[in-house]
Amino acid sequence: MATTTITKTNPLVGQRIKRREDPRLITGTATYVDDLKLPGMYHACIVRSPHAAAKINGIDTKAALAIPGVVAVYTYPDIAAVGPVPCGAALPGLRTPNHTILAKDRVYYVGHPVAVAVASDRYIARDAADAVEVDYHPLPAVADPEKALAKGAPPVHPEWPDNVAFTYQQKGGDPDKAFKEAEVVVKQRIVQQRLIPAAMEGRAVVADWKVGDGALTVWTSTQIPHLLRTLLSGMLGIGEHKLRVVAPEVGGGFGSKLNVYAEEALMGFVSMKLGRPVKWIESRRENFTCTIHGRGQVDYYEIAAKKTGEITGIRLKIVQDLGSYHQLLGPVIPTLTVLMMQGLYRCNNIDADVVGAFTNCVPTDAYRGAGRPEATHGIERMIDILAAELKMDPAEIRLKNFIRNDEFPYGTGTGLSYDSGNYAAPLDQAMQTIGYKKLRAEQTEARKQGKLMGIGMATYGEICAFGPSAATPAGGWESATVRIEPSGKVTVMTGASPHGQGEETTFAQIAADELGVGIDDVVVLHGDTSIVQYGIGTFGSRGTAVGGTALYYALQKLKDKIKIYGKMLLKSEEVSFESGHCVCQKTGAKIPVAQIAGASYRALQLPPDTEPGLSVTHFWEPSNFCFPFGAHIVVSEVDKETGDVEIKRYVAVDDCGKVLNPLIVDGQIHGGIAQGMGQALWEQAVYDESGQLLTGEFMDYAFPKASMMPWLETGHTVTPSPVNPLGVKGVGEAGTIGSTPAVVNSVVDALSPLGIRHLDMPLTPENLWKRMKGAAQ
Amino acid sequence: MKQKVTLTINGKSVTEEVEPRTLLIHFLRENLNLTGAHIGCETSLCGACTVEVDGKAVKSCAMFTVQAAGKSVTTIEGLAENGKYHPVQNAFWEEHGLQCGYCTPGMIIAVKQLLDRNPNPTDEEIRHGIEGNLCRCTGYQHIVNAARTAAKQMQAVGKGA
Repeated sequence: MATTTITKTNPLVGQRIKRREDPRLITGTATYVDDLKLPGMYHACIVRSPHAAAKINGIDTKAALAIPGVVAVYTYPDIAAVGPVPCGAALPGLRTPNHTILAKDRVYYVGHPVAVAVASDRYIARDAADAVEVDYHPLPAVADPEKALAKGAPPVHPEWPDNVAFTYQQKGGDPDKAFKEAEVVVKQRIVQQRLIPAAMEGRAVVADWKVGDGALTVWTSTQIPHLLRTLLSGMLGIGEHKLRVVAPEVGGGFGSKLNVYAEEALMGFVSMKLGRPVKWIESRRENFTCTIHGRGQVDYYEIAAKKTGEITGIRLKIVQDLGSYHQLLGPVIPTLTVLMMQGLYRCNNIDADVVGAFTNCVPTDAYRGAGRPEATHGIERMIDILAAELKMDPAEIRLKNFIRNDEFPYGTGTGLSYDSGNYAAPLDQAMQTIGYKKLRAEQTEARKQGKLMGIGMATYGEICAFGPSAATPAGGWESATVRIEPSGKVTVMTGASPHGQGEETTFAQIAADELGVGIDDVVVLHGDTSIVQYGIGTFGSRGTAVGGTALYYALQKLKDKIKIYGKMLLKSEEVSFESGHCVCQKTGAKIPVAQIAGASYRALQLPPDTEPGLSVTHFWEPSNFCFPFGAHIVVSEVDKETGDVEIKRYVAVDDCGKVLNPLIVDGQIHGGIAQGMGQALWEQAVYDESGQLLTGEFMDYAFPKASMMPWLETGHTVTPSPVNPLGVKGVGEAGTIGSTPAVVNSVVDALSPLGIRHLDMPLTPENLWKRMKGAAQ
Repeated sequence: MKQKVTLTINGKSVTEEVEPRTLLIHFLRENLNLTGAHIGCETSLCGACTVEVDGKAVKSCAMFTVQAAGKSVTTIEGLAENGKYHPVQNAFWEEHGLQCGYCTPGMIIAVKQLLDRNPNPTDEEIRHGIEGNLCRCTGYQHIVNAARTAAKQMQAVGKGA
């Protein structure tokens, strides 16, 4: 279907509409998985490995089974017929460990599930898990990806002694020539530390097997109910038609619930075995040790350039810490880094080399941004390093290298086609908002007084709206059903199952505008595979750009059908649909949509070749990704004595295309920035040499708190995407992607008088104090 | 061995038998089906389980039910009066102070506590006041706005405006 841009004035789209999902959330009446209580429900607790690598000599469950209230304890032999945890990555030569849902005879990360205890309440289940005796023979472990690749490192999987899971190369243009002819080359090793997604609701599963129906229902805190159903069906050997997956209220995801986890299949197994519903609720400790981590790269960059600052070549070697096995998309993530490695710049001579390393840690996988924050951080750090080398202003060097407005759609050296852009616009706006020139003058003064004041920027671009099916592992389309009920009320069903993004509001805005009904006459349903048609889910900033567009097209089809009924009822061939009415162009006579709906279901009279009822489903396949962009500028000051960073000002100007609801977009940007700033300044998942996670609770992991966040000044430029008729691009990950390099660039700028040109994250006071001390000597 | 406890929950007297080790959050959620307060860490660090006990915000994952015996507990479910949202609830809605909603019931109780003690807080005082409650979605800015808006509304009501 041809894409057209909506030109009419929309009364609801574009407005700061309060969220329609909020009343249940502010009153505590929403239903998350742990709020479910089913008759006869058991509780499960999982026995997990305390070792990062060990052989299992034996498991003794006698003491656990003797506890009153304990129903069962299952170990590997019980679950041997259940399929392994699936990986959707299709990289050539990828080594995929057979990750059974309970460990067979060997564990390879701390937290590896070994057994499951089932009891009548959650306290007894935990007592039982504690009473299971596992005889381990500890083995040497390796927790660092570069050490894992070194000769003589302990093998995570004995069958692959080099710890290499895959290698991947990509070249574009003529990078060798670029480096040969370069007037200047800058190099830097950049560490992307492991991060813990830490959604406030951990994972949670309730499974309920109905033996009489031969059907299983799984309620789980997931971003992808339909994909999960398909994959669980294979793992458990249940037909997809007999398996219902429900994502009820989901308490945050950030990519960590874009997955299929062992526990989801395990609870299905337990319920089928016992014929009773069973609940498993992840503890925070399990969430930190057993739910995927994000990032985990060591990146080696080389930039070739002319003395004018024009970038001519980019080389990138990525060592990806994959952890000990693959979750759904883990190995794909560094390839996304490669795709975005040239950022917003015209340089198409690229050379990338990725090696995925096994380590005795929990797997890394998609975490808010998923590969693109790594790319943006890398190129945005490198362009600052190049600017410093050439003594150029960081804004000037960016403006010089930006893809020009008349070059869109722009084909990158990595094979992408950037849809639309005006990259200087958000940078100009951010510089004006913050008063860039004046700030630089202030900085000169501050430095004279011995103050470490920094001004840093990042101009980012990202891939959103995942995506064309050819470029995604499991289909990149999205679906929507719109049903006008006999009374004229509207039910929307979206396959893009949200978890905090506010789709119940934005999708209702779209539907209400298109159908000319009130927003209160629209309800948006999602997340239940028995109610909603097949869908892909919410991740990769795709909810609105792909799911919203599917809805838009479903609405157009529905309006066509409404008009057919309108023509019949108005006895005219010239009928238009305006503001919720079919209007006869000749007489001006009109009928409201509710009356048309009633007539379509009553079906006393039907237009020729027309089915009764008003219900339409549309599956929309996008032709391309969307590429939002923006500029973040950060003013910081570093305390010379303590290394403490103070963010004095933060200005973010983002361009996510058309904005459907500014309130929700601001919320997405704020939250994204907090997560990106968390990586820049505070957060790091730390494993010790033996593979123990030292940051295993909120006590040890520096999760951003309200008092740590500065005031964020946000602004927008609007460059509509030509990929979809809504003109939207996506905003879920933008803040995270733009903020990390902006903050780091600012702090590096603050410390540049000390001769420092790069800092690895997190920029904790301790790290900065050490660097300052080192620089002073 | 189970122990009998009597306490007041959202204005109503409740008597139940509980194991001494039963955490208040589990008692509220499992025994009384008050599932508004959530469990986010079980170590008193995230604040998702925050409720009021005798007028003080308490992390109910770090309190045994038997410790709350004889006390008066207010949960998120008890905040609205006669079907009217508390001004803090309204302000969270108005200002988009929530996304996934998981931290929200605890966060609302924490903000209410803050405003009970300090009806006109500065932004810095608001941020300090909710430091014990973690949110991964919002970056806190809209929560700060919500607290400010609630303060204004409550003061206006207090002045009889």
